[in-house]
Amino acid sequence: MTHAPISACPACNAAPMAQNLADTDHMAGHILLNVPTVHCAVCISSIEKTLNTIDGVKEARVNLTLRRATIDTTRPIDVQVFIQALDQIGYPAHELDASLLGQSAMEQAARRLLTRLAVSGFAMMNVMLLSIAVWSGAEGITRDMFHWISALIAVPATLYAAYPFFANAWGALRGRVLNMDVPISLAILLALGTSIYETSLSGEHAYFDAAISLTFFLLAGRYLDHRTRSIARSAAQELSALEVTKAVIRKDGQDTTVPISQVQVGDTVILRPGARMPLDGVVIQGQSEIDRSILTGETRPEFVTIGSELRAGEVNLTGPLELRATAVGQDTSLAKISQLVAIAESGRSKYTSIADKAAQLYAPGVHILSALSFVGWYLYSQDLRMALNIAAAVLIITCPCALGLAVPAVTTAVSGRLFKKGLLIKSATAIERLAQVDTVVFDKTGTLTDGNLTLIDLPAATAEQLQISHALARASAHPLAQAMAAALSEQGVAEIRLDQVQEHPGYGVSALYGGQQVRMGRAEWVGATARDHTATWVQIDGEILEFAFADQMRGGAADLIADLQQAGIDVQILSGDGLAPVSRVAAALGVTAYRANQTPESKAAHITQLQAQGRHVLMIGDGLNDTAALTSAHVSISPATALDAARVASDVVFLGQRLDSLIGVIALSKTAQRRIRENFQLASLYNVLAVPIAIAGFATPLIAALAMSLSSITVTLNALRMK
Amino acid sequence: MDVLIYLIPISIFLGGVGLIGFLYTLRSRQYDDPEGDAQRILTGEWDDRPKPD
Repeated sequence: MTHAPISACPACNAAPMAQNLADTDHMAGHILLNVPTVHCAVCISSIEKTLNTIDGVKEARVNLTLRRATIDTTRPIDVQVFIQALDQIGYPAHELDASLLGQSAMEQAARRLLTRLAVSGFAMMNVMLLSIAVWSGAEGITRDMFHWISALIAVPATLYAAYPFFANAWGALRGRVLNMDVPISLAILLALGTSIYETSLSGEHAYFDAAISLTFFLLAGRYLDHRTRSIARSAAQELSALEVTKAVIRKDGQDTTVPISQVQVGDTVILRPGARMPLDGVVIQGQSEIDRSILTGETRPEFVTIGSELRAGEVNLTGPLELRATAVGQDTSLAKISQLVAIAESGRSKYTSIADKAAQLYAPGVHILSALSFVGWYLYSQDLRMALNIAAAVLIITCPCALGLAVPAVTTAVSGRLFKKGLLIKSATAIERLAQVDTVVFDKTGTLTDGNLTLIDLPAATAEQLQISHALARASAHPLAQAMAAALSEQGVAEIRLDQVQEHPGYGVSALYGGQQVRMGRAEWVGATARDHTATWVQIDGEILEFAFADQMRGGAADLIADLQQAGIDVQILSGDGLAPVSRVAAALGVTAYRANQTPESKAAHITQLQAQGRHVLMIGDGLNDTAALTSAHVSISPATALDAARVASDVVFLGQRLDSLIGVIALSKTAQRRIRENFQLASLYNVLAVPIAIAGFATPLIAALAMSLSSITVTLNALRMK
Repeated sequence: MDVLIYLIPISIFLGGVGLIGFLYTLRSRQYDDPEGDAQRILTGEWDDRPKPD
């Protein structure tokens, strides 16, 4: 009786299980979403709840540290479903390409470091306990036994935990340079070696505790460093994963959406209005206007027709275009510029960080000091064992435990604060370089302005003319027309009925009003003369009205510039746009030094010239025309909306639409710089106090342990004052 | 001082337990999202894996 259900149960379980397995094998999806605005417990639970209710979701989990949602599905689901669901509850989300992130390797490295840290921490605690017994007066056979037990714990633990230092030091020595890891490794190995030797002769001093605690403190610094960098790096990689990756191609009259990597030269590509060019191509069908502001900084739309060449990154504004792909992937002009920047980068004069400068002074100094005390004591006492002991003590006491923590502790604290403000630090030395800045150069289009256009003022016209203009503007999908329609309805201008409204892609809109043709669009088309600034023209009954536009300022731009000028920093604007729009923006922001009509080369040249005058330039820009300037500047910042090439070239990326997140960044980096210097001074102070004791031969393991722990703790506490 | 014969192995054993415990937390990915975990503890929802059906 009971047999049937029992035997049936595994069977009925097995079927869905097998199905499950098949699902995971063939159809299951693993989706990564970037959700930048998640910040609290309520966000987490509402996002997870929303995602989990979608049919086919096995599990959705939010990682708040990385601002990311991971979704496991039982069947393939279009990412847009999730993005729309999140959008409805108020969280904008972007798809991430998991394969681009290279996440697992970084996680593994962090985990390995943490394991080493744990092993050295465990060993340190045990050895310290034994050492306390020795310090408080254990003698004879007891002390020997304690030393041997310490050796048993400390030697394998140190060799395992300090492996990264040995590997780095070996690499440096093979490259015939000295880095911080060389004296560290030497001190650790010498401490272990002499301690084993001393213990075997039942000597008094053994430095096992010093060797292992040195490893522990240095690993702590290394781990902090790794964590800060991996957060910044993963964020930067996330951004590159946001790039356009799909294109619509037309084959045998059928449109299909394919990954950009599958498009070949010669394929016919369809570009809808509002879409960004995924590759380089020539127009074979259609007319439109394109916005190339991100490439050149020009805000004026350009007319394209059959035969016009379009480059990757340009945005199609009005009519659908059919193009023949002329270059894809690595051959597109966009990718070529990225490569140029990479070349420029390798030629960039390398900035030496404070830590490296300290290491260059420090590493030889310590070795010479230790060697001298060895020679001196050997000549004086003719006792090899004692001389070796003292040399080891000098190396251990001067070992840069606090120096290893001095920089990472501060940068971790600062990067954490900047991350909360929405700034991602990509380069390890960016904070130090920011502290030196005395000149800030801004790009205009896309940086000081947000790329949207607004109507400046209405032309002198009758109410009827304005109403006609409103109706014409309403009929077009062109961004200028839409901005105009919005501005007019805000002014309370009503719409009027027009007949036979027709959009002419690339030119404008025409319609009939009371039997007469009215037009709105490009200057040439309506019979007006084009001017330097962006405008659209309306022609009614032979009369021409000009509607002038200006680009809309990014929020917080004025505050940021006022803040910089107050701090005594020289602010300049370099733009590829015409003189009229640039001078208007400069005047609105109170900037007197500006240049218009700049080419990418002249921007870079201007910055190089400023640097030659001994200035330290911070370049803030987003366009492709800024990349060379971003690379040649002392330090550079770009918005997250910038093109990939510009973000790659810059040291700091800021998220969000507003510029005021940059307020106080330079001041903050100056504080950080000060803390780093203080930390080095503190660490040196301990050395200055302890080294004479070591050279004089009075150093005991107790003094070494005290000096090491106290200096590390003071340095860390000093860094934490940043918060 | 004979008591050391017991005490030293015991202290090392206890330290080892702590080490293994830490390695377990590391392996079970408990350090992947420190900020999120700090927030999740505030909600009353079931947040363990696997969720009970």
